[in-house]
Amino acid sequence: MQFLPELTLLGAGLIIFLVSLGKANAERTRNIAIGLGAAIFGSTLLSYCAEGKLFFGAYQVDLFSQVFKTLIAGAMLGVLIFGQNLKGIVKEVHPEYYLFLFMGVLGLMMLVSSVELISIFVSLELSSFAVYIMVPMRDDSGKFRFQMEAGIKYLLFGVSATGFMLFGMSYMYGLTGSTDLATVISKYSTMWSHPAYVISMVMVLAGFFYKLAIFPFHFWVPDVYQGASNETTAFIATVPKLAATALLIRLVSSISADGQVIVNILMICAVASMFYGNLSALVQKDLKRMLGFSGIAHAGFVLLGLLTFQMTGYASAMYYIIGYVLMNLACFLVICAVSQNGENVMIEDLSGLHKRAPLLAFTLAVGLFALAGIPPFVGFMGKFMLLAAALKEGYMLVVILAAINTAIAIYYYLSVVRVAYCSDPEEKGAVAAPSLLINATSVVLLAAIVIMGVSPQKFVDFASTAVKTIM
Amino acid sequence: MDQLLYYPDNPHILSILIFLPLAGALLLLFVRNEFFARYWALGVTTLTAIFSLQLLSGFDSTTTKYQFVEKITWIESLNIQYVVGMDGISILLVMLTTLIMPLCVLASWSYIKTRVQAFMVCLLIMETAMLGVFVALDFVLFYILWEAMLIPMYMLIAIWGGPRKIYASIKFFLYTLAGSVMLLVAIIWLYLQNDYSFFIPDMMWQDYSSTSQIYIFLAFFLAFAIKVPMFPFHTWLPAAHVEAPTAGSVILASVLLKMGTYGFLRFAIPMTPEATMLLAPAILWLSIAGIMYGGFTALAQHDMKKLIAYSSVGHMGFVTLGIFVLNQQGVEGAILQMINHGVTTGALFLCIGMIYERTHSRELRDATGVGKHMPIFVTFLAFFSLSSFGFPATNSFVGEFMIIAGTFEHDIVLALACIPGAVLAAAYMLRMLQKIIWGGTDNPDQSWITDLNMREIVTLAPFLFFVFWIGLDAQPFIDLMKVSVENLLNNYHSVTAPAVAATELIIH
Repeated sequence: MQFLPELTLLGAGLIIFLVSLGKANAERTRNIAIGLGAAIFGSTLLSYCAEGKLFFGAYQVDLFSQVFKTLIAGAMLGVLIFGQNLKGIVKEVHPEYYLFLFMGVLGLMMLVSSVELISIFVSLELSSFAVYIMVPMRDDSGKFRFQMEAGIKYLLFGVSATGFMLFGMSYMYGLTGSTDLATVISKYSTMWSHPAYVISMVMVLAGFFYKLAIFPFHFWVPDVYQGASNETTAFIATVPKLAATALLIRLVSSISADGQVIVNILMICAVASMFYGNLSALVQKDLKRMLGFSGIAHAGFVLLGLLTFQMTGYASAMYYIIGYVLMNLACFLVICAVSQNGENVMIEDLSGLHKRAPLLAFTLAVGLFALAGIPPFVGFMGKFMLLAAALKEGYMLVVILAAINTAIAIYYYLSVVRVAYCSDPEEKGAVAAPSLLINATSVVLLAAIVIMGVSPQKFVDFASTAVKTIM
Repeated sequence: MDQLLYYPDNPHILSILIFLPLAGALLLLFVRNEFFARYWALGVTTLTAIFSLQLLSGFDSTTTKYQFVEKITWIESLNIQYVVGMDGISILLVMLTTLIMPLCVLASWSYIKTRVQAFMVCLLIMETAMLGVFVALDFVLFYILWEAMLIPMYMLIAIWGGPRKIYASIKFFLYTLAGSVMLLVAIIWLYLQNDYSFFIPDMMWQDYSSTSQIYIFLAFFLAFAIKVPMFPFHTWLPAAHVEAPTAGSVILASVLLKMGTYGFLRFAIPMTPEATMLLAPAILWLSIAGIMYGGFTALAQHDMKKLIAYSSVGHMGFVTLGIFVLNQQGVEGAILQMINHGVTTGALFLCIGMIYERTHSRELRDATGVGKHMPIFVTFLAFFSLSSFGFPATNSFVGEFMIIAGTFEHDIVLALACIPGAVLAAAYMLRMLQKIIWGGTDNPDQSWITDLNMREIVTLAPFLFFVFWIGLDAQPFIDLMKVSVENLLNNYHSVTAPAVAATELIIH
């Protein structure tokens, strides 16, 4: 039971592998993949209350990890459903694409349970390498080979970030004599005056900053978002961020008020991410690129919650990242549906979307307004809680800067809504009516965005309970 | 909590009022029939208006307590509650909102031709948010509604607006949002200072340090001054007014602008009294600047909607002037003037909209001399114009008179400085009126123009009724707010008394 989701994923990978051996049949592969995705989601639900330690204490199964596994599986299922036609992926490799997707998710699921440095490293690499391969699988109809550039950038930045992390881990081991995260954290929490501790922690954090796309480890974001196919980007923009946040919460909980240096470093990273992301997003024309930059800014907000080093802050950060994934999924659902042959969606391609596909336009508008932090959607509540938690700890300046960022961000979100709602569709082709399943997914996402925003109490309580289990 | 007074009969009365339009909007989402959408929206808003009359009859104007209070725990971990309640300051604004909305639906009857259901949904959501803002007693609830309102209003301008709708709507959204982000920080700060409570009355009349009061006040000021809009934060207003459809302009002028001044009364003065005392002189002179600026700019406009929009800047200058002289007459006059401006300017925007529907132009020169062909229309227009510049026996006369009287009491220089503003108002309104009624020898041919139909007369008549009711007998309106205003000012003077004594000590 404790290991059920991972086993299901492995099994799913095997089945897809077998499928890939036979003759390619896009429709059948797709149905199998969605079925397996649903099975994986179901298995996370089944093992939801599981608890225990596996593999000599390297693998912790608790409420915190299970919640994140459920979320990861749910988000993956969402991506599988709305990206079901894999429009942007080379026809011949559809089964392989699914295989790598499942392996990547397996790595991420293992990551949220890992409480030992080596297993963290192994699961992080498993998840990363699978995604490195997914990026260049894009159908190169334009012969521009953007996907190759994106793939190589993703790989190089990823490998160097992991290199940093591994180096930091070696310090951690050297300083504490243990690779067990609990031991490391307890040793670290009293030793923040030593530079070696600070440097090693920052290096380890770098690996997760890379996944979460926090400044200065964000450089891969725009090109990878643009170069990867829409489905892959939807995956990269959502699922790994959940796992990275989970691990960051585990790690950061060791930092106490003594670690002023590291607090300052995190603070600068958070504020720089917000400004860099929002200011760069202002001038984007490619919707995915814009969402990429906005993702950098949102990662800064998540970091703001972690900076508080308080339970409420962690819970708010968790609430925020869940909300962020929902809002992002809503936006990517629209991107995948609007893109007819897997090409990138420019902002002006959305013009008159309200006439061509009312539900998609509405989903997009709600998703973007939520990302902008306009009530009554989840984005506002998350932002509000993060700001409240941060101000409670006395970060007045950071909170003011974050608030200013909210005002900057609204412009580019609004511009997209404007195009979708206020301009008329000249010569733009009709959007193929999304299937019932996709429509249902968008309704579910919309409902989740609104409900989480209007009555956040249950979700926050829940996040607090989950966070408490790892403290 | 002793400030609360629970409504004995129906504890949900305010909630029903707030959520009735929203429920109507949700139902309308599933309807694809324009004809039905119009009648449905009219029905829902009218029902809301009739329902709100209950508040008037149940309102006890002799108490300073909040009435019709309903309180539900909403988000426990942050101590956010759903609390609504009303006092003498908000009741008139609530009534104004419920009065305006059915008339806005009527005014959009034939004006809006595309996406009618969506338009009506936006109007209904607007009504919920606006009513909520005026009755919210929890700061987070207030802020959520205050911000949530931006989306439907943005849609109203951006979808059904004029040629420069994109520019105007984005400017409106950005300005208002940018102004209110600091408000959010201030709200959280106040929450942390008050034992984690967002309950608005808890935050009032507390002993915050003078420095922090000034910062909080500035955050309030930025949000509310942009909404009012006070000079020099007014530039979004003419753009938004000009491009918005008639109903949008009316809502904007009649209700949205009042939220800024309501914010000053509800939050700025009670929560940061010392800062108010320190900064009031600057705001008073900004109000004078707004009055003069609005007047002169209105005098130079060729676009009728722009003219009314700039006149709004001037009129709202009078309102902020009345608020920040901080005496009984001034504040009462200011609240009354908020209502008057809502009635008069709303009506003027409706009138301009009616011309626009006929001539498809907002230019003054295209509308010269329509008086010959539209006698009923110009009768209405004449009364509203007279009211706009405060002609005796109309509503604005009472309001402006009280404000100026209050200003005289406060500072005679200030009072003298605002007199030219009143004269300017007469100048630009009469100029417009003269051109529309008579024009000159070179009037365009308008013999084809038809006069108002029954629906339009019904739309305008209630406004005219209120112009004269408030103009001839304003006492019932003042009675409603009197006790609340007295309470506000008494508290203000007792809190700031030590500070006043200290400054006098330094001077002498």
